[in-house]
Amino acid sequence: MSYLEYNIKRTPTGLAKVLYVNWALVLLLSAVASIGFLQLYSVSGGNFERWTEPQMQRFGFALVVMFVVGFVPLWFWRSMAGLAYAVSVILLLGVEFFGSIGMGAQRWLVIGPLRLQPSEMTKITIILAMAAYYDWLDVSKVSHPLWVAVAGALILFPAFLVFKQPDLGTALIIVGGGAIVMFVAGVSLWYWGGMAVIGGGLVSLVFASRGTSWQLLRDYQFRRIDAFLDPSLDPLGSSYNINQAMIALGSGGWSGRGFMQGTQSRLNFLPEKHTDFIFNTLAEEMGFVGSTFLLVLYLGILAVCIVAAIQSKHRFAALLILGIAGNFFLYFGVNMAMVMGLGPVVGVPLPLVS
Amino acid sequence: MKRPARDNEDSERLISRRAALLGGAQLVFAGVLVLRLRALQLGQAEEYRLLADENRINIRLLPPSRGVIQDRAGAVLAANVQNYRVVLVREDAGAPRPALERLAQIIPLTPEQIDRAEREVMRNRPFVPVTVVDQLNWEEVARIAANAPAMPGISPEVGFSRFYPFGPEFAHTVGYVGPVSERDLAERETVDPLLTIPRFQIGKIGVEREREEDLRGSAGHRRIEVNAVGREMRELDRQEGRPGSLVQLTLDRPLQAFSLARLGEESAAAVVMEIATGNILALASSPSFDPNLFVRGISVADFNALRDNDHRPMSNKAVQGAYPPGSTFKMVTALAAFDAGLASPEERVFCPGYLEVSDRRFHCWNRNGHGRVNLTSALSESCDVYFYDLAQRVGIDRINAMAERLGLGIRYDLPLSGISSGLNPSREWKRVRRGAEWVVGDTINASIGQGYVLTTPLQLTVMTARLATNRVIQPRLVQAVDGVEQPIPEQPALGLSPAALAQVQRGMWEVTNSQRGTAYSSRIVTDDMRMAGKTGTSQVFSITAAERASGIRRQDQLPWNRRDHALFVCYAPDVAPRYAVTVVVEHGGGGSSVAAPIARDIVLAAQAGGLPPLEAYPQPQRNRIETMLREIESRIGPPASPNGLRGRA
Repeated sequence: MSYLEYNIKRTPTGLAKVLYVNWALVLLLSAVASIGFLQLYSVSGGNFERWTEPQMQRFGFALVVMFVVGFVPLWFWRSMAGLAYAVSVILLLGVEFFGSIGMGAQRWLVIGPLRLQPSEMTKITIILAMAAYYDWLDVSKVSHPLWVAVAGALILFPAFLVFKQPDLGTALIIVGGGAIVMFVAGVSLWYWGGMAVIGGGLVSLVFASRGTSWQLLRDYQFRRIDAFLDPSLDPLGSSYNINQAMIALGSGGWSGRGFMQGTQSRLNFLPEKHTDFIFNTLAEEMGFVGSTFLLVLYLGILAVCIVAAIQSKHRFAALLILGIAGNFFLYFGVNMAMVMGLGPVVGVPLPLVS
Repeated sequence: MKRPARDNEDSERLISRRAALLGGAQLVFAGVLVLRLRALQLGQAEEYRLLADENRINIRLLPPSRGVIQDRAGAVLAANVQNYRVVLVREDAGAPRPALERLAQIIPLTPEQIDRAEREVMRNRPFVPVTVVDQLNWEEVARIAANAPAMPGISPEVGFSRFYPFGPEFAHTVGYVGPVSERDLAERETVDPLLTIPRFQIGKIGVEREREEDLRGSAGHRRIEVNAVGREMRELDRQEGRPGSLVQLTLDRPLQAFSLARLGEESAAAVVMEIATGNILALASSPSFDPNLFVRGISVADFNALRDNDHRPMSNKAVQGAYPPGSTFKMVTALAAFDAGLASPEERVFCPGYLEVSDRRFHCWNRNGHGRVNLTSALSESCDVYFYDLAQRVGIDRINAMAERLGLGIRYDLPLSGISSGLNPSREWKRVRRGAEWVVGDTINASIGQGYVLTTPLQLTVMTARLATNRVIQPRLVQAVDGVEQPIPEQPALGLSPAALAQVQRGMWEVTNSQRGTAYSSRIVTDDMRMAGKTGTSQVFSITAAERASGIRRQDQLPWNRRDHALFVCYAPDVAPRYAVTVVVEHGGGGSSVAAPIARDIVLAAQAGGLPPLEAYPQPQRNRIETMLREIESRIGPPASPNGLRGRA
């Protein structure tokens, strides 16, 4: 929640910063979060304390954090970027060697009373680090193979550690976040074209590895891909979730079945209804109108961020905003694509709502 | 953070360009999402709405109440009574075993019942009520209700079960219901979904089975909303089914009760038909059994006792029992001859006590012979030789045809189980089934209802009714369905020669009214109730030459199952007959001594519409008869009430 306004011509200090807070962004964020509150209230069957109240507390806390972060001078964050990145990587390595196992994946690191999920932290620190890196790097060297390789290594190393946990979704988000900063920093389009070719080759390789001794993905990951490619194959098995999600979404129609009237969510046919698939409950109860409205709000947040980045005089700030906005986009884009049956089920939540 | 201005500007332009590019790409992606939403939510909304409804809406059947079966006067023969049962809901009761053991302290439960209930509880989802025991009495229900606070998840419920107030009286005709078996399902092409309801009961034998479709009615249904694990959330709508039809039979409860009681302990059958309509007023098969045992689930011991009884209580002898008709068949032989013009009723035949045919001697029952006999005396005295003589002239083909004309060898379409067609033998039949040619000895045996001929009491009743009227009488058992009168079968003329039939009727009249008649002692003395009939005593085993040489043993010296069957057919009154009655007593001995007195009592009861009037009996018999009737009356009880019955499924 730290993508605060940097559309400032001169650097205000102290309380004067309040005047420069990007209120449009705050409004949009609050609007999206409110939709989330309503929807959580609805899927809990009118139970305010179950999901809505904690979500409100979290949002309130995040808002406070956002302002606090915003009032900290920019240079502090820039100086901290390298350190934050280093800490993330060390913690990820800690997970690799000492992490506890939950739900078939090693994601948690327990230090004393603290339970940390370093992969989550890395999503932010990678953006911070990449923004700082390109702020530091001379613009003319951005597309130099060496410096591109350094950036690639900085992104892929933590992503690889997360992937090994294994948490494919987060690894992809880390790669995506870093790549977006590289892209807006101006890395030559030739690299992106090349990446597309290599990526295609890699995907082919992954599929070729299936069932061999050097299999690159876990079995359940392959099964998720299968379920995505043909959900009807196994309606009660691994595709049950996505089938029920599609039914919820599709049955909403134009204007939905009404607040708290979604049968799929109310009667528990829809799994993970308050997390990954909350968009489907919205689509079911509010219909095409409601789901499109939420999408427009998200686009509004993106637009505000992009405008802010373009207006920003600070390269670091602009890169940071775009990176975080890009990350935000990855979240809701991947989540929505997933729940609409356009992408595999990777367990990415809908930001600000679920 | 200080940089050369130019550098900054370049960098800013680059970032802006790339930011715009990124924003554009994001917009395109968002566009794809919107298109996808449009396709799913607007294009395929109907389809998905249907799928969502399929998910959440379940249809539960509402079993209709089963149709009641009544007798001709409206007495209820098969009723639906409230059945109290106790159910257990696992999610409220917690672990089923301790809950059931607590229940066992309040009402009697066997360890098997506890085990079975526990298994069933664990097999179902936690919110499904499972019946632990049913057929509880009021006291037990009250005890469970009083202890309800201490036993969460256990509650009494009320349902309906079948009850037969007259117990054994209608066990064979009305039949009974029982749970649907695999076989019941296998023998049906399309299965009514009702049959798949646990503990649903369908007719197993008798009218309950044969009129199942009428009695069952059709299921109603309620649409309920369920959640993902199948728990009912609410009822959306409900449509009541059509209850089963009321089936009214032609049977007359008092007469049926009297007939069955009169048969007593014998292995016997009696049929009473109202001639004008063909209505079966009584169809008794003795001994009988209590059909209520089967509804509740009969115990192995009870079932074995019924199965192993040599008097075959579960067989409906009135329609399933096929017996050699013996002398009751003689009317057929006589009419076959007269109808073909091969003999005249006045013609006399000399009976020396036997007849030699192709070196074989066929004996008359009277070893001393009857002397010169004509048709009427041959019938009334039941001379066998007379009919041997006719048989030689007539041949089996005409006898076979006449037997069929009179209704023998035919399987009547009544709603009863296992109706036998008897056996009306022919040359063709013997060639196909026995692989041998018909010989004259076969005809001679058949002429007196022995040999291959087999008839059921129902068929003999039809025959008697046709002899009494010269009309084609058809039996009828269902009087009305839901108050709609069922058609009475047409009774076209049978077309027998009136003169010949009159002589046969005269012979039958003399059987019971002439001093020389074989059933004279079973006569009725009231003029407007007089009966005409024919005795029959049919051998079960052929008498060997050695046995004959050593002198025929008396019946009571033979083991029960080798004794003769005793038969009697009759109609009454003798003028404008109204009732035809057949009585067959298996291994009863003589038709005149055993079957005829029973038939007389029954036909008198039919005519009197109650107990037989004493004045209809010859004076010297009245004291004995009065004692007997009083004893029978005491055995006919009022309808039982379901509360008087104990035991559970």
